[in-house]
Amino acid sequence: MSTRLAKGGRLIDRSQPLAFTFNGKPMRGFAGDTLAAALLGGGKSLLGRSFKYHRPRGLVASGAEEPNVLVGLGRNARFEPDQRATTTELFSGLEATSQNHWPSLEFDVGEVNNLLYKFFPAGFYYKTFMKPRWAWKHLFEPIVRQAAGLGEAPKEADVDRYEQAYAYCDVLVAGGGVAGLAAALKAGREGRRVILCEMTANWGGRAPVDGGTIEGLSPEEWVKTALQALEGMENVRIMDRTMVSGLLDHGYAIAYQRVADHTPGDGRPRHRLWRIRAGITQVATGAIERPLAFAGNDIPGVMLASAVRDYIVNWAVSPGDRVVIVTNNDDAYRTALAVLDAGLTVPAIVDARVQASGPLVQAVRARGVAVLEGRGVAKVLGRKAVKGVEICAQAGEGGAIQTVECDCVAMSGGWSPVVHLWSHSGGKLNWDETAAMFRPDATRPPTGPEGLALAAVVGAANGNLTLDAIAAEAGIAAEVEAEAPLEPVWTMPAGASDALKFKSFLDYQNDVKVSDVQLAAREGYESVEHTKRYTTLGMASDQGKLSNINGLAILSETLGQPIPATGTTTFRPPYTPISFGAIAGEARGEIFQPLRKTPMHGWHEARGVHWEPVGLWRRPYTYPKAGESHREAVNREIVNTRTNVGLLDASTLGKILVKGPDAGKFLDMMYTNMMSTLPVGKCRYGLMCSDNGFLMDDGVVVRLSEDSWLCHTTSGGADRIHGHMEDWLQCEWWDWKVYTANLTEQYAQVAVVGPKARKLLENLGGMDVSKEALPFMTYKEGTLGGFPARVFRISFSGELSYEIAVPANMGLAFWEALNAAGEELGVMPYGTEALHVMRAEKGFIMIGDETDGTVIPQDLGLGWAISKKKADYLGKRAQERKAMVDPDRWLLVGLETLDGSVLPDGVYAPAEGHNANGQRNTQGRVTSTYYSPMLNKGIAMGLVKHGPARMGEVIDFLGDKGAVIKARIVDPVFYDKEGAKADV
Amino acid sequence: MSEMILSALQGESHEGFVTVTEAGVTGMITIRADLGSAALAAALGGLGLSVPSPRGITQAGDKLLAWMSPDELLLACDYGAAPGIAESLSAALSGEHALVVVVSDARARFTISGPKADEVLMKIAPVDVATLPAGRMHRTRAAQVAAAVWRSGPDEISLVCFRSVAGYVMGLLEVSARKGGEIF
Amino acid sequence: MLTLTCPLCGATVEETELAPGGEAHLKRFGPGSSDAEFESYMFNRKNPKGVHFERWRHAYGCGKWFLAARDTVTWEVFGTYPAQTTEPPADLVAKIKAKRPTWEGYK
Repeated sequence: MSTRLAKGGRLIDRSQPLAFTFNGKPMRGFAGDTLAAALLGGGKSLLGRSFKYHRPRGLVASGAEEPNVLVGLGRNARFEPDQRATTTELFSGLEATSQNHWPSLEFDVGEVNNLLYKFFPAGFYYKTFMKPRWAWKHLFEPIVRQAAGLGEAPKEADVDRYEQAYAYCDVLVAGGGVAGLAAALKAGREGRRVILCEMTANWGGRAPVDGGTIEGLSPEEWVKTALQALEGMENVRIMDRTMVSGLLDHGYAIAYQRVADHTPGDGRPRHRLWRIRAGITQVATGAIERPLAFAGNDIPGVMLASAVRDYIVNWAVSPGDRVVIVTNNDDAYRTALAVLDAGLTVPAIVDARVQASGPLVQAVRARGVAVLEGRGVAKVLGRKAVKGVEICAQAGEGGAIQTVECDCVAMSGGWSPVVHLWSHSGGKLNWDETAAMFRPDATRPPTGPEGLALAAVVGAANGNLTLDAIAAEAGIAAEVEAEAPLEPVWTMPAGASDALKFKSFLDYQNDVKVSDVQLAAREGYESVEHTKRYTTLGMASDQGKLSNINGLAILSETLGQPIPATGTTTFRPPYTPISFGAIAGEARGEIFQPLRKTPMHGWHEARGVHWEPVGLWRRPYTYPKAGESHREAVNREIVNTRTNVGLLDASTLGKILVKGPDAGKFLDMMYTNMMSTLPVGKCRYGLMCSDNGFLMDDGVVVRLSEDSWLCHTTSGGADRIHGHMEDWLQCEWWDWKVYTANLTEQYAQVAVVGPKARKLLENLGGMDVSKEALPFMTYKEGTLGGFPARVFRISFSGELSYEIAVPANMGLAFWEALNAAGEELGVMPYGTEALHVMRAEKGFIMIGDETDGTVIPQDLGLGWAISKKKADYLGKRAQERKAMVDPDRWLLVGLETLDGSVLPDGVYAPAEGHNANGQRNTQGRVTSTYYSPMLNKGIAMGLVKHGPARMGEVIDFLGDKGAVIKARIVDPVFYDKEGAKADV
Repeated sequence: MSEMILSALQGESHEGFVTVTEAGVTGMITIRADLGSAALAAALGGLGLSVPSPRGITQAGDKLLAWMSPDELLLACDYGAAPGIAESLSAALSGEHALVVVVSDARARFTISGPKADEVLMKIAPVDVATLPAGRMHRTRAAQVAAAVWRSGPDEISLVCFRSVAGYVMGLLEVSARKGGEIF
Repeated sequence: MLTLTCPLCGATVEETELAPGGEAHLKRFGPGSSDAEFESYMFNRKNPKGVHFERWRHAYGCGKWFLAARDTVTWEVFGTYPAQTTEPPADLVAKIKAKRPTWEGYK
């Protein structure tokens, strides 16, 4: 059983005990503990249930590679699932809960899956998809959904704050071990801008635990000195609790800073996501120890050898009284020494090598420990805790030679450099046969914009696993015990029977065993990427940190090919999971995305407006009065506008100024109409097409002066159309003398609409707005009620209408002045829905309703707006294509149901026969449909094959659930067909 | 008349580890022209301003002139003076191919002031603050919207964005400047 | 996420400040062109694995379009230049040839 040792623990402060809870039970740890250390120190070794088989699981590792012990942290608005206990710093009041079990961690019904392991082989759920067909839905899916999974999603909104920040440096150092510190010192002394990141709260990496001397100092002393030196450098930024999680193109690194995970609620942002642009990144991310694949290697109490000594040395936690060490290398003997130094027992060292004789081995032997050479573990005894190991010949099939009682097994299968950052943007690896590991190939680095390396790898990450090698690479002196070479061991024992391989786990987190990888290989999964998906080896939050090399070695062995021929799966960021909060940063709530507001936004809001999102704008949809439904409000606004006068906030309309000697010529290219001939002071409705012929925007163009035009665009279209104009000016007709300016936001614009619109403006005074002084489709500049204004006589409703632009900062005052001046006339504001109904009553098209990117102006009966005189305009050539002049194209018509009801939006009219896919042919669809309060019936517009030639014909539309709705094809102008109302 | 003129946020301000403030109305004029033109130099010279070098800023009194693109300058001045200045510049450039237009109302201006002003900018814009010198107009984005920033004082950064997104930018600045959010 | 230097204002900016515009140096075919010419202009793109010339707009900066020569595999940027040209500058072509001897040229 694990326990806290009475002495030692380099990272803990025994004077600062901390209370926390695990599954609701109170526990105690010390400042400096990780949650894992505190749990283990508190005697907890069963800490979770596995993903698939619900096997009891405990800690395997001491750092980011821990696959098993994921817990839920906090509660309610601070609850977060799937947090690794090994990377969670303990704080007072921490609340942790174990996951994936029911009803309890100790007794989990799901463990029945463990007995059914033969029914859950590799790819079992793919197989359940296949046959029998009924079984997935009714049998497998409910079971799998219930049994599988990690933590539960939080149910409350997160109360913490998150942010992001940008940083720039010459050298980014990822990792604060000896290699990282040395690299930062070197770059710092060269005067370069350096950022040094360490993912934990502690510096020095493994060296303070593993021992040796650096430049004559103990590792701990050397680390302290190095940090002091770095802190004194202006050009060096040091960040602990900051993981470089990805290294992407052009040296773009993502770093995840856990600012306040250990001090929740202290007012600081919880996480900060750094977006760092680095000239070069020094990858000093160390190495991860590999487990060995023997039966029962997942029973709580079986741990990595390095983790066992970490718990002892760093946190004074004994994982067990009797620790059997299983290894294929010398490094694990350090664990034996640490166990012995703590006063605990090492009953045996099981070394797979035929001969073990390095200085570390000798040191352990000298202390009376039995070293069993050429031996392996056949199986671990115990279920929820280790009780002993059966020892066998490593070369054999697993026949037990002896049984050794123990309560902890420390295993080491060698080390794998952490090459993730090197690999994210394309750095290549070589297989090192001697050391049995992939290491970075410095001749094939990831490259940046200049074609030069954007990363370099140092230290253990570069395959320099010993302190002297790390120091030599960094150009400093260090001494440490020499190590004899390891002997690669992929299965233990070498000829393990199937029964053993069924319990030899490779990927703890996903419950993938040696047998699963071998089955996948036999079933034809030869690519390592396919095997990964099929078996789930190396998936989920763990991403194969422990399992990948063992897994692909076994795959290679089964396929009978060398390991480099199998290769690795792709390394993808993030290195370990990062929070959604950090990814979202500040973008939540009110500033999730920009909300564009007109100067009158607050006025609308204060009157209980119902908003309609238009691009990033919010536009008033309607202004319901107390007790009024939206539809009633819309109808009221329409009737009032058509009988009295209405006001529309039209500020969102795009307004682009186009000026220059070639502006007319340019606009003739941009619009299908002729704009160069528009007289000064006049307005003209214009259509814009892409050069692919399709309608992209429309609006009224005003000739302001001899050489300047004002182009109105749709709301939300302004930036796009301005960009479109600039594109053609800069990239195609760059010798034309034309300047543009996007003035959309310079002006607030109000449409004053209705029979009493003129009276309202006369009440305001200051400008002659009579028919004679300001005829339909003209414009005037002057003052209205004291406001500097441009007044356009244009109409999108068919009513007498003025659109008036004033400087935006005066928009609200002007809007209020209009309301006051119109009070006696019954003025009311109206929203976009009333606007839409009124334009549909007049048969005016709306970009985005009648158009969908496949519609040309000719489809919409807008041939009158296409100049026949112009040799060219954008879209002209495209509109000459065969498909564009096809007489069978669907054309715009009006539609009326026979019973006066409103047609559903977007419905199709079926035609005879079926298409090649067996679907019914169609002959038209509804593009706009509304209830018209003026006509007291439904009105609609649609595109129908040969439509205008079929006036009066009744066709069927298909509604919900096959309902047939009969509609008559009619003229799209429903209201005031003569146009008498606008031109008064 | 002046009570009719309202800036986007009417001077809204927040105290965090630095102070973020909407700076009220500012006169702004977009000038698009051949920046090497003698007429332009003369017209600006009349205001005491010279054409800045690329991405640069020149100043005279309360007037600031910023290089925005190879054929565009932005002149910032008193709000009320902008229409008159624009008119006189237009007249001076009437013989040239040029566009001079008032854009004061299309923008909102903010100040970020305090010794750690840079840290707020670091959180919202892909700008290397260490290499953002005084006298440089830097056009970039503030999170999701276009912005222009420059150092307008010893511990002050000015930021200009479009008027319609002033509320969004204020939200960004307020949350980024909140106490406890100091980076270093 | 790539970085490019805008040749018009001189700022080196990241991808989020730019808007992509597809292949550069397309020749527009308008009225009077054949169907094949128009199709080629409107739809046919080189999409090479390797050296590519493309359009970018410094959207969050000076607003200008410019052109860039880039390797679509390694993301090496050979150079950027103003958009007011129908073909890449000769010195840039020479530079790319020197770096990518097997490159067949931009045509």
